[in-house]
Amino acid sequence: MTVGRFLEIMVENRRTLRRVTYVVLALIVLLDVLIPTGYGRFPWDGIGGFGAVYGFVSSVLIIVVSKALGYALLYRSENYYDD
Amino acid sequence: MFDWVHPSFVLILGALLIPAFAGRWRQAYLLLLPAAALAVTLSVPHGTFGTFQVLGMDLTVGRVDALSLVFAYVFGVMLVIGTIYALHLEEALQHVAAFIYAGSALGVVFAGDLITLYVFWEAMAFSSVLLIWCRRDPASWGAGWRYVLVHAAGGVVLLAGIVLYYNETNSIQFGAIQNVGPAFYLILIGFMINAAVPPLHAWLTDAYPEATVTGAIFLSALTTKTAVYTLIRGYPGTEMLVWFGAVMAIYGVVYAVLANDIRRLLAYHIISQVGYMVAGVGMGTAIALNGSASHAFTHILYKGLLFMGAGAVIHMTGRSKLTELGGLYRWMPITFLLYMVGAFSISAFPLFSGFVSKTMVVEAAAVDGRAGIWLMLSLASAGTFLHTGLKLPYFTFMGKDSGLRPREAPLNMLVAMGLAAFLCVFIGVYPDWLYALMPTEVHYQAYTAGHVLWELQLLLFTGVGFFVLLKHVGGESKISIDTDWIYRRPLPALVRLLISAARSMQTMVSARALRHMEQFLNRVFHFHGPDSILARSWSTGTTVLWVVLLLMLYLLFYYF
Repeated sequence: MTVGRFLEIMVENRRTLRRVTYVVLALIVLLDVLIPTGYGRFPWDGIGGFGAVYGFVSSVLIIVVSKALGYALLYRSENYYDD
Repeated sequence: MFDWVHPSFVLILGALLIPAFAGRWRQAYLLLLPAAALAVTLSVPHGTFGTFQVLGMDLTVGRVDALSLVFAYVFGVMLVIGTIYALHLEEALQHVAAFIYAGSALGVVFAGDLITLYVFWEAMAFSSVLLIWCRRDPASWGAGWRYVLVHAAGGVVLLAGIVLYYNETNSIQFGAIQNVGPAFYLILIGFMINAAVPPLHAWLTDAYPEATVTGAIFLSALTTKTAVYTLIRGYPGTEMLVWFGAVMAIYGVVYAVLANDIRRLLAYHIISQVGYMVAGVGMGTAIALNGSASHAFTHILYKGLLFMGAGAVIHMTGRSKLTELGGLYRWMPITFLLYMVGAFSISAFPLFSGFVSKTMVVEAAAVDGRAGIWLMLSLASAGTFLHTGLKLPYFTFMGKDSGLRPREAPLNMLVAMGLAAFLCVFIGVYPDWLYALMPTEVHYQAYTAGHVLWELQLLLFTGVGFFVLLKHVGGESKISIDTDWIYRRPLPALVRLLISAARSMQTMVSARALRHMEQFLNRVFHFHGPDSILARSWSTGTTVLWVVLLLMLYLLFYYF
């Protein structure tokens, strides 16, 4: 079971992986700041790191708004339709 | 004579012979059939075939051009993959249903006129529902009925539109639908129901999670994408579709947050992804339509892969809820990795297929300067990775150990998933192969520094958001109500109310009728009853008196 072993090694080294991920995240934002995209179609084109901010804000917004909708309006017990 | 063989003909007739084979022979036949259909599809030349006249209308069962072939190719490929995935199934009915369903989808794609389209459209609905009912539990029985009723209603709307359209234009050809009033909108609504555009989408998320493990693969590939084909063909540049599409993309994401059933989560992401295609159709530019068509192509493959991964988990564990799964990476590592290829593809990571198609639709919005749409589609991109790429795999394969110790999925399932995964990566690495199939020439460069950096930032920082809120994103043992609530709760309640109103009306009317009858009888009784004036018994003396009187009258008449 080589694939399984590979995954287990990844899980065992999750701290290292996490650190590597932080470095990658920082590098990508840095690259975005340094490399001009050449687009000027929207006001935010050319702002280095805008994608990172938009991604983070989007994911938090999606989770918070959807969960709020769920609790306020949409969630029902699992046997709601069975009665 | 046979300058063209219709692939649907091969599939539908071939499907009827499946029960004639058994065991290994059947498996061989099952593999041969879609391979033959794919070979036929690959070999057809462009042109118009199978034209004939019915009731003065020109029908065309085979209109072959670049656009129809994009969809026909990917349907053919997915049918081969799906059949491999379902190869272990001994039940002939499911195989027959799947092939008739796929044959009908190809029939729609090759239909040159609206009547042919309609016939295959209905055939799709009625063959596909068997893939839901074959699961044979009460939930799929109910969901299947709702599914088929919604499609039947949609079919009626479509047919009404076609009839009106023929009246208005005197043409039954299926091309760009001219805006001739109600017909335009009726046909559009018919197409939008099958494309699962909210609020007409709930049949999909209601029924797909209740389908059989293997049936869901075909369902996820065919119905909505056939509808996307008809929208590209009939409604390019219909402005309102831009907004419907963008809202759809986000709608699916919101419900995916709330989903606990893994296939329901994936089903909501079908809606989200089809949103990009619908928005592309609405924009109607060459790059947007190419984006929609190529996204449909990649979507069928990666969504098939995701449904196969989720299906493998359900097949091996018998469970489908995130709250009951977890820690499976040790036991189903190959399934996990192959699933992740699908997840990276749908999330549009560079080097995976979604990246080369989804970014084309988003780019089309940028070219048109549609800032709002662009932001909405980007937000939905983040949401896609959040759920399909993080939430589902994390709480299924990683996360808290559920104690489940399943074996790895069977070989045929892994092979099917492997093929789909290969194609996802292949298209991601060689997008030009996909672009060459597109209806018009593609002038789009997916791999620019701008696109790659934007997408990587968007997705990776979405991941940051996910892990920050990890405690709040897991599945909950709840269901969320959607627009199907209307025909599952208030409408049946209304019907029940009407029935009970009718019942009480009936009792009221019959009570009143009884009362009148009683009064009538009383009156009759009053005159004819035992003591009444007409029925009273007379004493002998009175009778004799009357008789004497009568006899005397008689005598008097006799004398004069």
